[in-house]
Amino acid sequence: MNGYTKYLTSRVTAGGLSRREFIGRAMAAGITLAVADKLFTESAQAAEPKRGGHLKLGLEGGAATDSKDPAKFLSQFMFCVGRCWGDMLVESDPLTGAAVPALAESWEPSKDAATWTFKIRKGVKFHDGKELTIDDVVATLKRHTDAKSESGALGVLGSIKDIKADGGNLVLTLSEGNADMPLLLTDYHLVIQPNGGNDDPLASIGTGPYRLTSFEPGVRATFEKNRDDWRSDRGYVDSIEIIGMNDATARIAALSSGQVHYINRVDPKTVDLLKRAPNVEILSTSGRGHYVFIMHCDTAPFDNNDLRLALKYAMDREAMVKKILGGYGKVGNDFPINNTYALFPEGIEQRAYDPDKAAFHYKKSGHSGSVLLRTSEVAFPGGVDAAVLYQESCKKAGIEIEVKREPGDGYWTNVWNVQPFSTSYWGGRPTQDQMYSTAYLSTADWNDTRFKRPDFDKLLLQARAELDETKRKDMYRTMAMMVRDEGGLILPMFNDFVNASTKQVKGYVHDIGNDMSNGYVATRVWLEA
Amino acid sequence: MSNPPSGHILPGLRFKQRFPLLALILERFVLSIILLFAVSVVIFGGLEALPGDFATTYLGQSATPQAVANIRQELGLNRPVTTRYFEWLGDALRGDFGSSWASKNSVGEQIGKRLGNSLFLAGFAAVISVPLAVGLGMLAVHFRNRLPDKIINIISLAAISLPEFFIGYLLILFFAVKLGVATFPATVYESMGLVDRLKAIALPTATLVLVVLAHMMRMTRAAILSVMSSAYMETAELKGLGAFRSIVKHAAPNALAPIINVVALNLAYLVVGVVVVEVVFVYPGMGQYMVDAVTVRDMPVVQACGLIFAAVYIFLNMVADILAIIANPRLRHPR
Repeated sequence: MNGYTKYLTSRVTAGGLSRREFIGRAMAAGITLAVADKLFTESAQAAEPKRGGHLKLGLEGGAATDSKDPAKFLSQFMFCVGRCWGDMLVESDPLTGAAVPALAESWEPSKDAATWTFKIRKGVKFHDGKELTIDDVVATLKRHTDAKSESGALGVLGSIKDIKADGGNLVLTLSEGNADMPLLLTDYHLVIQPNGGNDDPLASIGTGPYRLTSFEPGVRATFEKNRDDWRSDRGYVDSIEIIGMNDATARIAALSSGQVHYINRVDPKTVDLLKRAPNVEILSTSGRGHYVFIMHCDTAPFDNNDLRLALKYAMDREAMVKKILGGYGKVGNDFPINNTYALFPEGIEQRAYDPDKAAFHYKKSGHSGSVLLRTSEVAFPGGVDAAVLYQESCKKAGIEIEVKREPGDGYWTNVWNVQPFSTSYWGGRPTQDQMYSTAYLSTADWNDTRFKRPDFDKLLLQARAELDETKRKDMYRTMAMMVRDEGGLILPMFNDFVNASTKQVKGYVHDIGNDMSNGYVATRVWLEA
Repeated sequence: MSNPPSGHILPGLRFKQRFPLLALILERFVLSIILLFAVSVVIFGGLEALPGDFATTYLGQSATPQAVANIRQELGLNRPVTTRYFEWLGDALRGDFGSSWASKNSVGEQIGKRLGNSLFLAGFAAVISVPLAVGLGMLAVHFRNRLPDKIINIISLAAISLPEFFIGYLLILFFAVKLGVATFPATVYESMGLVDRLKAIALPTATLVLVVLAHMMRMTRAAILSVMSSAYMETAELKGLGAFRSIVKHAAPNALAPIINVVALNLAYLVVGVVVVEVVFVYPGMGQYMVDAVTVRDMPVVQACGLIFAAVYIFLNMVADILAIIANPRLRHPR
């Protein structure tokens, strides 16, 4: 079974695909009808979720400084904790990434996509027994969009001008059209809280499938099942325990000794060792996160497009994926979007390692001497190794790279977005628009390649308000080509999310949205006795 | 000119002559307080010198300028360093360590839990390792240069040569993964019963014992051996005292001072130096708490942790000195 079929069957197991959909997709992937039919029956039998049991997760990313306030969620640990007790207005489909209803039942845009009306679900109860009202929703969004807010979602919601209740509906008025508005509301900070969390942001009262029963920052969080959950297709286990484990070896030891059921952040270097443990399953999911080498387009010598092209052709992407990601990833094509995004521009030629072309453009650029590349282990796992590997592949094209290893502490303040050529990573965004707006719009704070093109900016704003998908797709294609051929981005690889579980864990959903089944792992899986 | 009568000597000096031990303790105490102040300045200055402040590091790569500005505004990070330092100092002197910038939890409360955990682990390790080390040291002296001595030496040298995380991993591999007899991870939490707690800390305790054992044992051995070469030990031997008895009765008490010192040093290490062991075993102690706080420049937490670590170190050293003086009366009247 190849990766895609495995993925499809896991979707069936999770109850996310009908027979017709499954067989259609499996046959498209080159599987015969008979085999597909058998696969579906098998996975559907495994699909009966079992209820009960105590699920234990060992997660990297917790710290003593973690806050229970959803506005301040930052770590992987809190991302997962928040998904257990809280709901957003909108969720994203694990397979396609499209917006699907959650606390908002449905929504309707105005013609210019600048006004959005969301119908809020009725009969949903908070953990404290109080019913969810439109006022709670309005208060939540107001808290996160307040100019004085410290919310992590503040940047995402920047274009919201007005939030108001209209009967049972939520009406959002934007400063400009945005066809992706519902997807923006999937942000994990935007947990709907009673009175928006204004009374007690740390109370952890939500509408989610679990109630938080204890929490020690950086140590442990425990949950019990919310018996009044408004949904029946989630929350299979009776109780959850999430333990903070920042040491990679500790996580692996805990999983292989069966002390926890699931761990995140498996190091590609050790994944083959972990595979040998008989009771362990590796869960690898394609993601939008990418590792990058960034050049400032406005700083010499990188203000020369020939030099930038030379450096792009000198990147051996296949070797990067194989050696740095251990094969758990996909090659990139020098623009920050891959096929996990809706409206991905297909058919753009894959850029390959070509020392001759690199040498040609290098010569044309007129640059001589070495090029200084700054890197660090914190830029991405294996960042220093990747820089050295790149140095080697450049050598064959006659380009000399000087690798400077910077201290990890302070890398994000002193090197990234400051120095003209450095390594970094991006976590991906829910939409193409957001990815480009965050890092490629001329005025973006995080324009870490200093890519400043008025024509690009204009196109981005046009595409944002465009409700016609075909037209929009075309615009995204043009934008991708601009970044790929003229930008300062070298994007060798998209990294997979590599997690692992014991074989007891069933129903894992490979969600393209984000790591750990988009944070929903604990609410989506069940335990086989 | 006659000497002034003794009544005219400065009162402080007279006190010192009459109660030399008490005076010494008081002196050390005052010195310790001054040292703590110095430590607080060093920590504050050190954090200021680190790249990035709380607002930028806490938000990391997901910081928008607006959010950064809001945090700085709220915490008053725009004010001068000295103002912030003295404000903090004033609160700390009143016993108020404030609340964490990041989690908004009370630092005092958090430290209460974390310090309790750290002391529990350290105490347990100390209760096992100190008698074991001193006993083994005496045993090694008794059998010096013979097989038992050599075995004790080789094992302790091996243990001291391996980094603590490696010992930890080995123990986890054998006792938790392969044999499945030990509890891992060693995460303890409030509602945990004593028996479960003891089970949970078995492996980290074993690691710590192995790490500190060798140091204390070898010091004990060396100290006793150096006493053994003195004249009165020869006398003891000549008057026909049994070998082991002469070690326990005559040599060990006179070797106490250096032993106490090394024990104190190791106890201090057990409380403040076990970050690596805490990380490996997922144990929620003080070390981990402080590291998390330093990572995001959470000043109130770092300051409080730093002060407590310094206080533990200074206190244990003070106790060691005082005990050494009690053990050796000659030290009471320094010339």
